[in-house]
Amino acid sequence: MFGKLSLSAIPLSEPIPLITSFVVILIALGVLILITVKGWWPYLWHDWITSVDHKRIGVMYCLLGVLMLIRGFADAIMMRTQQAIAIDAPGYLPPEHYNQIFTAHGTIMILFGAMPLVLGFMNFLVPLQLGVRDVAFPTFNSVGFWLTASGALLVNVSLFVGEFARTGWLPYPPLSETTYTPGVGVDYYLWAVQISGVGTLITGINIVTTVLKMRCRGMSYLRMPVFCWTALASCLLIVAVFPVLTATLAMLTLDRYLGFHYFTNTAGGNPMMFVNLVWAWGHPEVYILVLPAFGIFSEVFSTFSGKPLFGYRSMVAATLFICIVSLMVWLHHFFTMGAGAAVNTFFGISSSIIAVGTGVKIYNWIFTMYGGRVRFETPMLWSMGFLFTFTIGGLTGVLLAVPPADFMTHNSMFLVAHFHNVIIGGVVFAVFAGLEFWFPKAFGFRLHEGWGKAAFWCAFIGFWVTFAPLYVLGLLGMTRRLQHINIPEWAPWLYVSVAGVGILILGVIAQVVQLVVSIRDREKLRDVTGDPWDGRSLEWATPSPAPFFNFAVMPNVEGEEAYWGIKLRAVETQQLAEEPKYEPIEMPVHSPVGIFTAFFTSVFGFAMIWYIWWLAGVALVAAFAEFVVFAWRDVHEYEVPAEEVARVDRARRAAREALLDRLSRQGALP
Amino acid sequence: MAGLLFKGAPARAWRGLILGFLSLGLASCAGGILDPLGPVGQGNAIILIDATLIMLAIVIPTILLAFWVAWRYNAANPKAEYLPYWAYSGRVEAVVWSIPVLTIMFIGGLIWIGSYKLDPFRPLPSKSPPLEVQVVSLDWKWLFIYPQQGIATVNQVVVPAGTPVRFSITSASVFNAFFVPRLGSMIYAMPGMISQVNLQADSAEEIWGISAQFSGDGFSDMQFQVRSVPAADFETWAAGIRGSGPRLDEAAYAGLLQQTHRVSPATFGAIDPELFQAVATQKIAPGPGPEPEGPGHAGREVSTGGKD
Repeated sequence: MFGKLSLSAIPLSEPIPLITSFVVILIALGVLILITVKGWWPYLWHDWITSVDHKRIGVMYCLLGVLMLIRGFADAIMMRTQQAIAIDAPGYLPPEHYNQIFTAHGTIMILFGAMPLVLGFMNFLVPLQLGVRDVAFPTFNSVGFWLTASGALLVNVSLFVGEFARTGWLPYPPLSETTYTPGVGVDYYLWAVQISGVGTLITGINIVTTVLKMRCRGMSYLRMPVFCWTALASCLLIVAVFPVLTATLAMLTLDRYLGFHYFTNTAGGNPMMFVNLVWAWGHPEVYILVLPAFGIFSEVFSTFSGKPLFGYRSMVAATLFICIVSLMVWLHHFFTMGAGAAVNTFFGISSSIIAVGTGVKIYNWIFTMYGGRVRFETPMLWSMGFLFTFTIGGLTGVLLAVPPADFMTHNSMFLVAHFHNVIIGGVVFAVFAGLEFWFPKAFGFRLHEGWGKAAFWCAFIGFWVTFAPLYVLGLLGMTRRLQHINIPEWAPWLYVSVAGVGILILGVIAQVVQLVVSIRDREKLRDVTGDPWDGRSLEWATPSPAPFFNFAVMPNVEGEEAYWGIKLRAVETQQLAEEPKYEPIEMPVHSPVGIFTAFFTSVFGFAMIWYIWWLAGVALVAAFAEFVVFAWRDVHEYEVPAEEVARVDRARRAAREALLDRLSRQGALP
Repeated sequence: MAGLLFKGAPARAWRGLILGFLSLGLASCAGGILDPLGPVGQGNAIILIDATLIMLAIVIPTILLAFWVAWRYNAANPKAEYLPYWAYSGRVEAVVWSIPVLTIMFIGGLIWIGSYKLDPFRPLPSKSPPLEVQVVSLDWKWLFIYPQQGIATVNQVVVPAGTPVRFSITSASVFNAFFVPRLGSMIYAMPGMISQVNLQADSAEEIWGISAQFSGDGFSDMQFQVRSVPAADFETWAAGIRGSGPRLDEAAYAGLLQQTHRVSPATFGAIDPELFQAVATQKIAPGPGPEPEGPGHAGREVSTGGKD
């Protein structure tokens, strides 16, 4: 009836997961009770959970991402403290627990932390920047988000029902085969990643279609903001490589569930095939993350320098160059398999060639600042921190692409330091710059400047204090994933690294305080103009927060930097464009299909993990039935009356008049 | 600067200086990869340093430029001129593409030459013929078979200083990576496959090796002793072991296949010469993994955490 599941699946004898689960469940219960008592359910259900508004979905993606970043960070704290304590000692985490922690840390940070954040930004921004009202497939979009959330849920359930994988975030066979890892950990990994992978693919298809087919009038490809270009490149990669991941994991699933032999030791299986296939996804995956991050920095550098992005076309070229070359470098993750000099030479050179595209971008950002009026507000601080950190990360990345150097540093702490250097310095810094930058567009008020700067400095200094020692440890020969350390000479560096984690904790606290303080002072921080940073692209043409239909009248773009052009014209003529004739707007109806599908896929995943076959069957049919019901819907759009549109837009115009007044008096514009 | 590309006396002096400096800087680096004990480690370390220097030559000015520009054009500086429309310059574009392209061409050359010169399969130039050592990674220990000497060891490997050693490596269970940081290149130990690495220790010293690919609960203790001894001592050592202690045959090997933690070094006085091939071709079945799951575990595996 319950497959492998029994009460002993709950780790009663292990205090750490038990107490954590307890606290998490208590917090979740508390939130649910609060929502019920305050009567927020109808609002949450109609305006968020069943929403198909790309902005709401974007915000929910970011919320999920931030929550998972915190979960992943908790794992990181445990790993760093364990290694600092377990020098010639067992430490406080036994291997079977420690191995789950580093596996969960990697899986969560990449797939459930960074990915949702990046997808969230793409969802929120792409339609706004392209001057359209939603993504190409709004309901599909909601399904994509909820499937990602379903995967995240399964990973977190593994904390208190059963266990998570103990194989590393990419479960290399034969270690991940049932012979060597018989428990449910790898199955949790497989189903969580499969379900969220489908969600990611859906969003990828959605954004690609939106960019290719949904731009407003006059928004030709070469007038799109660079963020849209990077979103397009990133989503093209998603569409190209996520199916590879799905197929690879499906093969491993067949091995584990039905005794197939794709990657087993025996009967003709070849584990090296898994390694090749998984990195054919895994390397493009890091560019899926970092390309939109480059897009965010491009917007920030340009806006806060008061100048157009330098070398726009060369930025676009570099983006597409990286997009294509990133598909041809996967073997650098295992030079040490002994492929031979010719193969290693090819992949070494192709890997380092990517640095050309990145290098060009770095110079273009520098020249964007050249001749500008650079304002060092919080998003700009993150961007400068990125410029420094990412350049060093790029240097060590090219080092790892040199096969003879990689033969010494592969899998070492040097490697760990490198990829944190580029992923934190690139993606995470971009995410915080972006959160700061677009927060007013989403919620109507800015975040507190002082606490934002404090968070930046803690994160920046904390990052270097944590990871610089790991570079040294790598050079001292320390490999990654050690549960305890047998070489006492490494101790000082491990201690320094823990101190760095302490500084990072302060950064996280500052970030949380910033949010709380900003919500408290929201009236003082309110953005009444809709254009708090003197922006240049179309999202700043909308009021803050942007109305659900984005634009009352579809914009007509007449050049690069669409909104900047409109603003200049208004300042020159000293008046806004004439009031348009408002027409009713058709908007898609909200739909619960996403949350219901995700509910059933979560049940399906859980049932598959625990071999509860009947439940898996029922849940799969139910999840599929959602789509069938949705396909037969009668009403899929509703009309916003012209008066409502006019009311919202006249308020916006009034605010703009005030802004125009202020700009003209200041003479701020050139 | 690119010591590998320009083989002159000044380059060599530079290299020595840098190596020395870095060694000093990492004074406590007993066992580090920048403190190589043999030609392979030396070659790798030199390439690592050369590539770093080539890139630093670009990266340092770039970072300085970034901060100088940001500081010079900050909004509070009234002296800086404001060029609100300056967003394209063919000359600047040409330069910003050329700098990374040229750097990567330089690094590309380093990659090309280095990959061939330091290919792990490539025999090392030497007057003496290489010593053959067969390596099997097991859960969670290393087995070293000396076919020429007819002996085998567990978790310790003794090599003659100044003589190249050809390691042939396979795995009896999951992936591992055979890595002696001070000797140089690591290489994967893969089940059903034989990989090779040629290494050499130049002087007598006691160092250590590890597995550099996570392989399960006992991974942290897959450390092994590496002793390089004068060539004459090596013969004495091998002769001392030969004939004493147990014989490594299929029965003894079956014991090694079981999962064990923190295995102390051991020796075998005789070997079955076909054993390594039988392991690599999986005529002998790979390690059985953990004990079969008890009904009480309900999907959670509990290991002894190295306490056995």
